[in-house]
Amino acid sequence: MQTLHKFANPARFVRMSSALLPWMAGLSAVLIVVGLYLGFFVAPADYQQGESMRIMFVHVPSAWMSMFIYSGMAIASATGLIWKHPVADLMAKASAPVGAGFTFATLASGSLWGQPMWGTWWVWDARLTSYLILFFLYIGYMALWEAFDDPQRAGKAAAILALVGAVNVPIIKFSVDWWNTLHQPASVMKMDGPAIHASMLVPLLTMALGFTAFYIAVVIVRTQREIMARKVRTLRMAQVNQ
Amino acid sequence: MNRFFSLVRRDVSLAFRQGSASTMVVMFFVLTVTLFPLGVGPEANILQRISSGVLWVAAMLASMLSLDRLFQADFEDGSLDLLTLGSLPLEVTVLAKCLAHWLTTGLPLIIIAPVLGVLLHLEPSGFVTLMITMLLGTPTLSLIGAIGAALTVGVRRGGVLLSLLVIPLYIPVLIFGVGAIDAAIGGLTERPHLLVLGAMLLGSVALCPWAAAAALKLNLE
Amino acid sequence: MSFSGHNLTCIRGERVVFRDLGFSVEPGNALLLRGPNGSGKSTLLRLAAGFLKPEQGHLTYTHSDGSEDRDVETFREHIHYVGHLDPVKPAFTVFENLEFWSGFEGNPDPKSGAEEALDRMALTHIADVPGRYLSAGQRRRLNIARIAAAKKPVWLLDEPSVSLDDASVALLAKLIADHRAEGGMVIAATHIDLGFESSETLVLAPAQMPEYAL
Repeated sequence: MQTLHKFANPARFVRMSSALLPWMAGLSAVLIVVGLYLGFFVAPADYQQGESMRIMFVHVPSAWMSMFIYSGMAIASATGLIWKHPVADLMAKASAPVGAGFTFATLASGSLWGQPMWGTWWVWDARLTSYLILFFLYIGYMALWEAFDDPQRAGKAAAILALVGAVNVPIIKFSVDWWNTLHQPASVMKMDGPAIHASMLVPLLTMALGFTAFYIAVVIVRTQREIMARKVRTLRMAQVNQ
Repeated sequence: MNRFFSLVRRDVSLAFRQGSASTMVVMFFVLTVTLFPLGVGPEANILQRISSGVLWVAAMLASMLSLDRLFQADFEDGSLDLLTLGSLPLEVTVLAKCLAHWLTTGLPLIIIAPVLGVLLHLEPSGFVTLMITMLLGTPTLSLIGAIGAALTVGVRRGGVLLSLLVIPLYIPVLIFGVGAIDAAIGGLTERPHLLVLGAMLLGSVALCPWAAAAALKLNLE
Repeated sequence: MSFSGHNLTCIRGERVVFRDLGFSVEPGNALLLRGPNGSGKSTLLRLAAGFLKPEQGHLTYTHSDGSEDRDVETFREHIHYVGHLDPVKPAFTVFENLEFWSGFEGNPDPKSGAEEALDRMALTHIADVPGRYLSAGQRRRLNIARIAAAKKPVWLLDEPSVSLDDASVALLAKLIADHRAEGGMVIAATHIDLGFESSETLVLAPAQMPEYAL
């Protein structure tokens, strides 16, 4: 019975997530359009940086998402390892490319933002460097998934890596910040100040929520596809063994 | 405890008998460092400026060189199965193999590093700190590397994947290793850097064998 | 003292290898596993050695003092396993290979344990030959000498006679008989007769059709 219960879960996941999918997809489209409008047309230009600071409304929510998705992957991985929940590994797998995409968007938008400020496309600024390393962690995670033939083994190995990475992310962040203070900080992107005006905060949060809904929608689609692929494989195995 | 040391002794003597693994690692270290003067030019002030970083990056790459064999050889001939079957907890087995790896790669690197420091015109005030950082840092590299080696033990072309997984995790060691040397050269105190390196070593001793053992168990299934 | 498995179900990849399987060995007894290719003989042995976790069911090891132990991690050290691979290091001599395993697997006097085991598998004359020069049969004999070099009550043997000649098979049979005479337990998957008189046989069914989908 225990085994039956274990494999009944994916079917329930497909049912519930299918109901959620159109809502998330719609929500993400609306929120992102509204957020971009607010950010690009309503929010005031920065008195120092002018119009170019508007890229912040993509850059900052992307950066939030990169970290958020990695944490989500780590939580899903822990769930998969400890409770052997079969969908958790698949969700972690489905999340990785989305997270890598957001990390890449963070890097690209940071580079675009930095160009008019620093006059160069890349500066080894603490935030950009941390996110570059985070990008490598995502790539390694995805490469490890691809390296195994047996998806169950791949899932467990990748889960261990995700947890090791999650322990290391704060250490890496701390080291890079330390390294950066030793080597003349380039501090254009100070987003941490308490005085963020509401006209900026509202589009930022709208974008972040829109990205989150987008993430959930993509993970639903990708996880469902993984479940289908697994079903196909099982049926093929049945043919081989007949 | 006997088993722990008999395993360390076995791995060390295997490393020495099988085509002198340590010599290869040291040669790789020397060659990589030699590339930098050839690449960036022989001006003493430039080399002096980058020497601490070059030494650490090259040492990192060199210690990664033999990582893919850490468990692979034992995996291929079935020894790994039996190593997990003994009364030694797998975490301790991993620790023994890391110690053997460090003795055969990390230690030779530390011994040769000052010579390479001379070649790169490292400031005299940085030599002692260089040795201390490597003494604290290279065991951490072996321990973190063991996780990567354990994850990729049954994998085709595991060596390349291993470096992809491990290099990002090595970055904190690199930053603090180089930071300590630069601090010592700049007349600042290197103590906080060394303390962080020590903390990372302790953390790795506590956590890495555990993660690597979990990965090994999974690959023996 | 006994070793048994109850209601074992094993799923590998997406395939049910066997389900609700039970076995039991008593001191002095041997259990012979039979079945066609892919019926799960090797899987059962690896599961009994604790390399694999059963999906359902459990293993029980009863210690000599009568206490029951269901945690495979704690009683694994009482198990000798001979699989398809021979753990022979090419750079070590036959004696060094054996001496390491003898000590690692719990013989307090690895040197004499190794010497005695070499003698039992007729390897003494090549004791100083490095592992890289051994033939497949010699490597297998060395692997079998390994289980004679340290005492453990349970032997799990997966096709132990592969690449052995008749004389070596006789040595192996003698080794197993002596182990049983001392109260040892043996579970073996083998195609040839190893002199297993009075032993039980467990026949594994051919691979079952996978019966579940996600």
